[in-house]
Amino acid sequence: MFSVRDLFHAYGGLIAIERLDLETPENGVLGVVGPSGCGKSTLLELIAGLQQPSGGTVEVGGATDPAGRLAHCAFMPQRDSLLPWLSAVDNAALALRNRGEHRRAARGQAGRHFERFGLAGFERTRPAELSGGMRQRVAFLRTLVAGKPVLALDEPFASLDAITRAEMQAWLAATLAADPRTVVLVTHDVEEALYLCDRVVVLSARPARVVEELSAPAPRAHNRDAAVTDPAFVAARERAMAVLHRGSRGAFVNQELTNAPVETE
Amino acid sequence: MTRRIVLPVAALAALVGLWQLAASTGVLADVLDVESFLVPSPAEIASALWENRSLFAENAWVTLQEILLGFLCGLALGLAFGLLLRPFELLRLSFYPLIVGSQAIPIIVFAPILVVWFGYGIWPKLVVVALVCFFPIAVATADGLRAVDPEATKMMRTLDASRAQLLWRLEAPTALPFTFSGAKIGVTFAPIAAVFGEWAGANSGLGVLIREDNAHLATDRMFAAAFLLAAIAVALYGLVAIVERRVVTWR
Repeated sequence: MFSVRDLFHAYGGLIAIERLDLETPENGVLGVVGPSGCGKSTLLELIAGLQQPSGGTVEVGGATDPAGRLAHCAFMPQRDSLLPWLSAVDNAALALRNRGEHRRAARGQAGRHFERFGLAGFERTRPAELSGGMRQRVAFLRTLVAGKPVLALDEPFASLDAITRAEMQAWLAATLAADPRTVVLVTHDVEEALYLCDRVVVLSARPARVVEELSAPAPRAHNRDAAVTDPAFVAARERAMAVLHRGSRGAFVNQELTNAPVETE
Repeated sequence: MTRRIVLPVAALAALVGLWQLAASTGVLADVLDVESFLVPSPAEIASALWENRSLFAENAWVTLQEILLGFLCGLALGLAFGLLLRPFELLRLSFYPLIVGSQAIPIIVFAPILVVWFGYGIWPKLVVVALVCFFPIAVATADGLRAVDPEATKMMRTLDASRAQLLWRLEAPTALPFTFSGAKIGVTFAPIAAVFGEWAGANSGLGVLIREDNAHLATDRMFAAAFLLAAIAVALYGLVAIVERRVVTWR
């Protein structure tokens, strides 16, 4: 569905990404983890067509130009970016309104998913009155309603508390199982990436290169608690952590990092 | 809400009370070393206001019209500057310094030429009031349009928003509270601008009354007219604040 070949990107005299190759088939879920500031978000913007790389090619659904990539991707930013002056349903319907649909038709189309998203009864509620988890679900629905084949998610649950984050991860896994999409998920949470994705690439500190590639140890829609305590999952997580810790040159990556076994060189 | 009304009224009453005491006992005139008729007490001002109520009403209406129409022109120009120039960064960059520079023009000196250009009627006053109101509204709107969260812009772009939709659905609502702040500043300065406009040449208006009463040393009537101007400013500020609360419901 999308591929990145020999990607090179620099800005302001800094090399952000160097020789990066990635590939994800249709309905594949790719996780990208790496230390803070390694260029993960930049990579996401390059894939989504929000930026043009300095070198190499990015291809999404056959398109390599930025406008073509934009047409294939829906982007969910780190903070939910819900528009505070719109109701939940109007936020979810933004893409439809941008495409020229009438307000009522757009609301009807977006509102149909509210029940499944645990948002029933909150259609007319403004974002300020929703909980963090609900806001994130509205933001994800807005991304999904756009009807694009590729979803670009930039640390979608980073702002949530640990319990809500775990719930949202389980919810997203179930949602993707029911409605498969090609997803590229950027996160600094190794556990989140391993739980939600088919494949996880670990990036080095800037300039970003792939230093490790892992396959998901457990099927996605599994019970989350069972999945993350599975010995294969734990082993994969510890391996990713060790790689991250080496690659980040001591930069603070994840709370669990301090407990993870670290290989010394 | 009650505190917003009770506290300023109490503060005003306390100041007026002190003033009344200082003026009626002659302390104020002694301190300033002037004749006591030059230092009217609030009671004298109130009676001047009451005795000349129809004169004041007529002239206040003229000034109020100048303020309202001038403010609306300034608002329209300020919004147009902000909104229309937002997509045209080069135009905005070209005109922004000119507009800042225009605020250095001493309007009180410049107003007579406006009378020569536009005649004795309401037009020169509208121009002066509009020029004064325009600036804070334009600057606030232009800054507000740039205050958009870049993440939200990216989100909108991947949701197929055109440039016009970006402006209308994201940037304009973001700028709205800023525009209201600018409008509150503009509407506060509008009465002074109207008075300057009237001083350059007019037959009626509170500014005309103030000038005549100043020439005749009718200080009680001067203060009465000034009080009316202040009341107009406070009322219009309140009106803008009420409209803001009605429109900007998400804050």
